[in-house]
Formats: sequence, C-alpha cells, structure tokens
Amino acid sequence: MMNGLFAEHVTVRYGQRTVLDDLTVGPFPTGKVSALLGPNGSGKSTLLRALAGLGEATGQVMLGSDVLSRMSLAQRTRRCLYLPQTLPATVHLQVLESLLAAQNATGALPGITGGDEIDAALRMLDIFGIADLAMRYMDELSGGQRQLVGLAQALGRHPDALLLDEPLSALDLHHQFAVMDVLRRETERRNIVTVMVLHDLNIAVRMTDYDVILRDGKIIAAGSPHDVITPDTLRQTYDIVARVETCSRGLPHIMVDGLG
Amino acid sequence: MRVHDDAPVTASHAISPDLSAYARQVRGSYRMLLRRRAGILAVIALCIVASVVLDFCLGPSGLSVDALIRTLLHPHDVSAGQSVIVWQIRLPYALMAVCVGAALGLAGAEMQTVLANPLASPFTLGVSAAAAFGASLAIILQWRLPGVPDAWVVSADAFVFAIGSVLLLDMVSRRRNAGTGTVVLFGIALVFAFHALVSLLQFVANEDALQDLVFWTMGSLTRATWPKLGLLAAACVVVAPLSFRAAWKLTVLRMGEERAASLGVDVPRVRRGALLRVSILSALAVSFVGTIGFVGLVAPHIARRLLGEDHRFYLPGSMFVGALVMSLSSVAARNIMPGVVIPTGIVTALVGIPFFLAIVLRRQGLS
Repeated sequence: MMNGLFAEHVTVRYGQRTVLDDLTVGPFPTGKVSALLGPNGSGKSTLLRALAGLGEATGQVMLGSDVLSRMSLAQRTRRCLYLPQTLPATVHLQVLESLLAAQNATGALPGITGGDEIDAALRMLDIFGIADLAMRYMDELSGGQRQLVGLAQALGRHPDALLLDEPLSALDLHHQFAVMDVLRRETERRNIVTVMVLHDLNIAVRMTDYDVILRDGKIIAAGSPHDVITPDTLRQTYDIVARVETCSRGLPHIMVDGLG
Repeated sequence: MRVHDDAPVTASHAISPDLSAYARQVRGSYRMLLRRRAGILAVIALCIVASVVLDFCLGPSGLSVDALIRTLLHPHDVSAGQSVIVWQIRLPYALMAVCVGAALGLAGAEMQTVLANPLASPFTLGVSAAAAFGASLAIILQWRLPGVPDAWVVSADAFVFAIGSVLLLDMVSRRRNAGTGTVVLFGIALVFAFHALVSLLQFVANEDALQDLVFWTMGSLTRATWPKLGLLAAACVVVAPLSFRAAWKLTVLRMGEERAASLGVDVPRVRRGALLRVSILSALAVSFVGTIGFVGLVAPHIARRLLGEDHRFYLPGSMFVGALVMSLSSVAARNIMPGVVIPTGIVTALVGIPFFLAIVLRRQGLS
C-alpha cells in the first residue's frame, strides 16, 4: 500500500482541449510539503483541482488506501481540500464569521460545537498571526490579509490533504516565509499531505520536500527539490538559462541569467 | 534578499500572548453582534406591524384603531359597510403588501447571492417583464389557459410566463461553463425581449385594453383578494424555511464560487435550488400585483448594510425590509393624493429610492 496522495491516469478536457492527458503523479508524501512547479498554463491548477475532485476529470485519485475519486463531493472535500488562487471576495462579513461559515458549509464538522467553534476559528487565525482581525470585515482587509484568512479557513476544516493554489501570491516577503513556516509545521504536526503551486523557485528549493515540474500537462521531473530543480529542467520547462548556486551558508540558490 | 537570510522567522505578530482572554473578548463581541442583529430584525418587524396598522387606519374613509379592532374581533357588531371596508379592502390590501414585499425581498436576496451580482432581482432579470407579457396576452388577446376562472386569467397567464423566464435562466445556469455573468446577461436579454413583445401587443391593442394593460404594468395592490393572498402567504411559509436552511452554503458562496465548491458546496445544486425558490416567490408576487420589481432589488442591499452577509440574518432581513418598504409604499400610495390610489409600482420606487440612496451613499462615505 502506498502512502500519501497520488493519482493515476488523470485526464482533464476543457471542451475540445485536453489539458491533462493520462497523467500519473505522486505519491505526494504525508507530513511533508510538496510543490507543483511550471510555467503559466502548464496544468498545475488543473491538476490540483482534479486531485480535489473539482471539475470533470477521469482517472483515480487515492489518499493512502482510500479512493477519493469514488467519494461524494462533500465527503471528498472534507478529506482533501483545494484552496483556489482567487482571494476570498470582499464581502461584508466578519473574518470570524467567514471562518464559521467555512466550517459549517457542509454541516457542522464532527466534534466541534458552539463556543468551541469560535475557539477553533481563533486558533486558526492565531496560527497565521491574524487573530486580531477576527472582528474586522472582509471588505476592509488588504489582499494579503484576505489570503491569510483563506488559509485559516482551509486549515480550520482539518483536511487530510491540503491543495493550495499559489498561497503566497498576495503576500509580502515576511508573510511568504511566515506562511511557509506555518504550513511546514502544521503539515508535520497533523501528518497531512500539503501540495502547493509555487512560482518562487527559491522558496521551492529551500522549503519544500517533494517537487513536481509540469509543462504542457506533462511531468518534466518529480522528486526531491535537489534532483528536480536543475539547470537542465529549468531550461526544458521555462526556456531560461539558470544556475543553481550555493550561497555563503551552503544553501542552494537559483540564479537566472537570461532566456534560453 | 531575504532568501539568503536564514534567520528564524516567526509566524506570528500582533497577537496577544494570552489567547484565551482574547477569545473571551471575541466571543463576547460576537454574541453582542448576534444580539444586535436579532434586535434589528425585531425592530424592522415592529415597524412592519406599525406600518400595517397605519395602512388599515389611513385612507379615504378614516377608521380608528379602535374601530379596526372591533371590526376584526366582532365583525357582526359593526355596520355592513365598515365590515366590507375592513375585511374585503383594507385587510387583504395591507397584508398583500407585506407578503409581496417579503416574497420579492427574499427572492432578490437569493438571486443576488447565487448570481453573484448586485443588480440581480426579479425585476432586472426579466421575471417582471415576462409576467407583463403574460398579462398582456390575457388582457389584449384574451388568451387564457384552459380551466382558469375569470378572476384568475391575468394572474395565471402572468405566472406561466414569469415562471418560464426563471426556468430559462435556470437552464442557462445549468449549461457547463455558464458563469454568473452569462446568466445575468441572458436575464437582461429577456427583459428587452419581453418589453419588445409587450410593446408589440400594445401597438395592436384597442384603447380600453391598452389602458388596462398600462395600469397592470404599473403594479397595484388593489388586485389583492383573499385567495391570492392565501396562496402567496403559503408560498412564503413553505419556501422561506428552505432558503434559511441553505443559509450557510449561501454565505460561503458569497466568498466566491470556486471557494464554495472547494469547501464541499455543490454550487450548481445550490444555485438551482435557489432559482427554483426565487421563481415561485417572484412569479406569484408579480402575477398577482403587477410589475413591482424595485423591492426585490433594494431590499437585499438595505438588509446587507444593516445585517451583514451572514445569510442566517441577511435572508430574513431582506424579507422583512421588503415587507416594510412595500407596506410603507402602500400607505403612501393611498395617502399622497386624497381620494386617489396611486399604482403601487410607482410609489414603491419613489419610497424605496431615498432609502436605497441613503444607504449606498453612506457606505461610499465610509469606505
């Protein structure tokens, strides 16, 4: 039996266009943070959505020994949660309420009731350092703050697999690192699968454990960041000339010299 | 660059070290908020009652509250004339205003949420226009559904077309890749199509029929009868709880369709359910009293400003606000010009617009 999240023979079509063709990917390991890399339009979001069961896809998605692709949407999203790239909308809803709504979207989550619900929501906000925003309205927040709220909503549902579509896109440098830190910690603590779409290769190489590079719906490379992010794969994927240098502290750093 | 810097990064800033004290505080203010919203709903409900009483008492033949209560409790002790005024005219008229307002308020609120568009309402997406076309078929071409009694012909025709228009909207929303924008544009196309058809019928109509039709499209509560009132009230009583049951899902839907789906909400199904409820409520309301669409557009906006977007409060709030605006309009309709009942559709817009502008502009001032 395999551990982690994996998918076999996934095919996704949008109308006439085939975005993913018989793709087999994974396993994305439990307790570790994985990254999906690749240029725009390479099928990263499509793959995440297919893994989460959103949109129409054929193929089989497994989480450990459970076949996710045979579950109902409500059941499946409780196990495996996709966080879209779009930020939560600027609605006239308090941050706390938005978390409560997310928790209650498919009926109350088991084991959480009444006052606990508010405590649980606050703990999630606290993890991301935004407990002080609990009573503010979503339509007063900045994009970055709303992205943090979205992450808190997602973690608050306690999924076994967390699929994040560019979770750092609206964040400043401090929060990019802070969020990666939180996600690594929570992923390990809860022993869940976390997969995220990333564009920052330096964050990927430093802060993820398993990477998959996609181009045109095909897997170019998969494995540890060290093996996956190489000048060769970067040229194949992004059409760039890049080096992986070692910085003064002995850590890898990607330098881009130009277009390939 | 920070990427080189291996200094430890903490995840948190600006949190009080004692989260439990803060949690107590937040729990307290959240409870306060819920209480305040319940309070606002109660105040609106009281205003509705006051407005209905006012609606009873004011009018061409003035009645005191005292006389009203006597007529209601002991119908046989008062003069036949007074009894007829209260039971056959005032009461159905005043209560119809409340029911129509509630139905359109709820329908508008759900429509704006599931179509993610602040301009969505039974009025703006063609339900009223379709009803008007149905009514014009009845009034001008005497087209009638088989087996419909005379008193119901116009309403029945209007209802058929109103419900048809929402079902069309629903069909469009079911298509794959049909975004909310597509549905709204389709609704607007319906408005223009039905307006053109109504104009065509008006063009061929004789003078009397034309006058009837124009009057119908202005919307009037004087068409209220007990059976119609009963039917609409029953629809509200059956449909509203179903809407309230979907409150959490609709709240999540407000944060974005994709996000709602990723949280396990079956978005197409929620949207279908909501449109079905909307179709029943708005088609009944519009077919009974004519084109009174404005309430369905403004009531949700007013409710949103007063109560936020937690749909557990927003949906009943929009219902209550709709009922209040309609009831006030009904009072105004009979009292602006002595001896004349101005068509309610006209007054609704005139009464509703100041409310609406006050709230929309105040919001801009704040943000």
